[in-house]
Amino acid sequence: MNMKLSPTWIRDFVALPVDDHRLAEDLTSIGIAVEGISGGGDSTVFEMEIGTNRPDAMNHYGVAREASAFYDVPLKLISPKLTSAAKAASTARSGGTIEVVPFPITIEEANLCPRFTARVVRGVKIRPSPANVVQRLGLLDQRPINNAVDATNYTLWEIGKPTHVFDLDLLEGGKIIVRRARDGETLKTLDGVERKLTTEDLVVADGRKPVGLAGVMGGFDTMITDKTRNILIESAWWDPAMVRKMSRRHGIHTDASHRFERGADYESTVLSCDRVAELILQSGGGELVGDVVDVVAKRIDQAPVALHLAEVRRILGEELGTNEILGILKRLGFESVPEPGEEAEFTVHIPSWRLDVEREIDLIEEIARLHGYDKFANKLPAFSGAVIDQPDQAKDQKLRSLLLALGYNEAVSLSFISHEDAAKFSPMPAIELANPISDEASVMRNSIVPGILGMVAYNLNRGSDNVRLFEAGPVWEASGPKAMELKRVCMGATGSAVAASVNQGARPLSFFDLKGDMETLLEAFECDALCYDSNAAEYYHPGRSARAVMDGATVAQFGQIDPEKAARKLRQDVWLGEIFLDRLYTHSLRQVRYQALPRYPAVERDFSMVFGDAVGFEKIQQAVMGLGIAELRSFVPVEIFRGGAVPAGKYSILLRATLQSGERTLREDEVAQWSGKIINALEGLGGMLRAS
Amino acid sequence: MYSVAKLTDYSAAALDAAVRELLSALDAEAATVKSDAEWKAFRDRWMARKNGVLTLVNDLWLKAAPKDAKRDIGQRVNELKTQVEQTVESTQQRMQGGASSARLATDRVDITLPGIRRPVGAEHPVIKTLNEIVGVFRNLGYSVQEGPVIETDYYNFEALNFPPNHPARDTQDTLFVAKQGSKPARERLLLRTHTSPVQVRTMEAMKPPLRIVIPGKVHRNDPPDASHSPMFHQVEGLAVDTNITFGDLKGTLDHAMKALFGSSVKTHFRPSFFPFTEPSAEMMVSCFICGGSGKRGSEPCRPCKTTGWIEILGCGMVDPNVFEFVKGNGYDPKKVSGFAFGMGADRIAILKYGVDDIQLFFQGDVRFLEQWR
Repeated sequence: MNMKLSPTWIRDFVALPVDDHRLAEDLTSIGIAVEGISGGGDSTVFEMEIGTNRPDAMNHYGVAREASAFYDVPLKLISPKLTSAAKAASTARSGGTIEVVPFPITIEEANLCPRFTARVVRGVKIRPSPANVVQRLGLLDQRPINNAVDATNYTLWEIGKPTHVFDLDLLEGGKIIVRRARDGETLKTLDGVERKLTTEDLVVADGRKPVGLAGVMGGFDTMITDKTRNILIESAWWDPAMVRKMSRRHGIHTDASHRFERGADYESTVLSCDRVAELILQSGGGELVGDVVDVVAKRIDQAPVALHLAEVRRILGEELGTNEILGILKRLGFESVPEPGEEAEFTVHIPSWRLDVEREIDLIEEIARLHGYDKFANKLPAFSGAVIDQPDQAKDQKLRSLLLALGYNEAVSLSFISHEDAAKFSPMPAIELANPISDEASVMRNSIVPGILGMVAYNLNRGSDNVRLFEAGPVWEASGPKAMELKRVCMGATGSAVAASVNQGARPLSFFDLKGDMETLLEAFECDALCYDSNAAEYYHPGRSARAVMDGATVAQFGQIDPEKAARKLRQDVWLGEIFLDRLYTHSLRQVRYQALPRYPAVERDFSMVFGDAVGFEKIQQAVMGLGIAELRSFVPVEIFRGGAVPAGKYSILLRATLQSGERTLREDEVAQWSGKIINALEGLGGMLRAS
Repeated sequence: MYSVAKLTDYSAAALDAAVRELLSALDAEAATVKSDAEWKAFRDRWMARKNGVLTLVNDLWLKAAPKDAKRDIGQRVNELKTQVEQTVESTQQRMQGGASSARLATDRVDITLPGIRRPVGAEHPVIKTLNEIVGVFRNLGYSVQEGPVIETDYYNFEALNFPPNHPARDTQDTLFVAKQGSKPARERLLLRTHTSPVQVRTMEAMKPPLRIVIPGKVHRNDPPDASHSPMFHQVEGLAVDTNITFGDLKGTLDHAMKALFGSSVKTHFRPSFFPFTEPSAEMMVSCFICGGSGKRGSEPCRPCKTTGWIEILGCGMVDPNVFEFVKGNGYDPKKVSGFAFGMGADRIAILKYGVDDIQLFFQGDVRFLEQWR
């Protein structure tokens, strides 16, 4: 928690041998972090960041205690001067006998309110606080209210114990009861909000009604006003978990609840009560009535902790001497009692303000922190284990380096998408968030496509026309009550495959650029059969998209996005590719199988054919490869032509066969025979030979 | 044009004069050669077997010479032959040289025009940083581990010593998965707020000694602005063995920072609080932008806020309560000790490259991304 503290105020309690800047550095080095210093002289302010485990240091006295331990200088006691004044006042009124006015306090929930301390002050004049109180609270950005309320606030910032003041005359029934609220009860809190209470709430009540939400905020109707003359000061200790629950339920976070829910000092209820009384008497006059009322419903059991010097050294190293260890603990207020007969074992009694210290390791941390972290020598541990890689690491790296080499920039988009996109880009149910950042980010992405499309559009909207992006990352799917995490790659591209320059004209991206990239990526994996069909998802252009099926499983889909189906405004064609890594990674990376370089020349034969549009290249290739000609090294399309002399519904294709033997130079008659077979196969598909 | 005359006087002086006349004719004619065709004519005139000058010299000077002069003449004729051959050859070289330099002159390109570029993709700065950090720890013997982004309350909080309802949970603004109410609290799903859950998952699966480094995405309920993102990336580390001390933690991280930011950086540790480590520390490195001076020239150094130090990671000795959750797998807190650390890759990338807005990492703007090419 960030808070401001005044070094001058800290110096009230400890004579420090250093200036404020050095103090700030030294405090920071022991974990009482001073993040910034502002102002100067008596108005110097430390911007503090105190860990959630250290409520004891969220005040000036607590920080002074730390400084006293660090510099080994004495810490002054705070002892409010009350007794004589109280006696005088009481004596004066009752004519010789000391009239003790105990304000009856009943605690119904001992576990939730182990201790409740109170004092009564009568005849107080409510007025603005004295200048020094206003000045100090002002440094901490605390708004002064009146002398009574400021006294509680001052005490909170001085010793860390939250207290509360009631207008005694507005408390009905002459008593205080700490109890659970009743269903239907309400309490208007100091912030003016009417709170509905339930039996989950713990309240401070008078004889008739709740007057305070325990440990969180006092009641509006019993607060100190200009008319107040008589005051009840409350200083209780509340169960941290209870305060936290109430604070959350009612959405109120106060300086008081912040401290109570982290554990205030159990033993400071009387001190804080007295200190508030002292400040009120100083500023507003009046008189104490009777003595402090201190109801202890239950003792807080702070068990002593066993400390073994061997354990200290096992965790911190051998360099710490016994005297230093014991000295540090003593300066912090811990009392170490040697175990009889055990030289290196101590029973350590924990001070009441350190509820965070419960275990030996907590003591070890205290020792390390006061010794100074920077004083421990840097070492490197010996290790005999081996480095184990993640199973897919090599595959991830292969794909990533190929994608980068193919010109795709690595991108990262957020994990959240909208419900609409989740329904549009994946058939699988998405995982919904209970408290999303926004409606557009309400579910965990079940596809990277929306992210990539968003980024491509972002670029197009900023005048970048040539975009190539890829993202490799997880998507999530709901699988019953469980969340499945699946790895995907998504590529997005728009603009030119080849940019225009003085050397060449631009060539726009086409389906075959994407397909070529996909082929390069998939070729890195072993498989028996890889084929492409046109069954890509419906947000793709039906005639310019494909699905890659590897040994029967869909490993990828790609093609031109259909802006209408994708519900995106895109001012130029956008191409997408998706790779389903969970399925692709069932295949191993391609093994290199070295083949000796051919020693005999290859022979090429071209076939110019005309086919009907229904005969795709895949059929042609399968027919020719199906001939089982061992010497056929490759069979590729070289040129495709439509129109002109080629009738509508047909196309002309120039095909090239490369024939080669590893054992001998091929004979002309063999080549002629194979060519004949190939032509037969092609004619079997309805092809017509144009020329050879 | 020069022609070979019969010799009448075989005296040395007469021979000298005849040779001089021939050679000066050779040079003069060679100098007039301007083209390939002219060179061929020149070559043939001097070297052709039929009626070439050398052949004529051989016939008219040597063969016709008296016996006693033959020896002297023969030597001179041989010398002449060498001379002629050399001149013909050098003339040819001059010809070819001229022709190819003419060709090279017409082939000339403007080499100051830009080259034809193939697009090359750029590594994302955060992933690059993440990989660099992981690489440093791999070199120290750390194995890479990963874990789920959608985690249970148990792994994200409880097993890391954040008890239910503990205020320390407030420091991690958590995004929760919807509709978890019917499950027991520890099985409820949320988006992990740190990579630390993988510590416990790995200790459940592997016995000590252990050294792991865990890169991954984490999410928090932080609305996006220049310095916050609801998604960011962490690298976590964990080392457990029988005799790991606080000094080992410090030494390991000091070494790692020098490997990442250069051997001149210094490290500095100060106490902090994390529920799953104790003692806990924050590590600062001397600012790798300003070298620790707090200034860049006369300007204040912004990344380190002029302090000369940058807060770079949280770390600490593994809290015994964490080991208690995996005690059955060999992690008895009385026998083993360990340290853990975690750092934000996005933040380190921001510092390292001086990026002024974390949102830039997640917008995919190619003008931004291509700077890491």
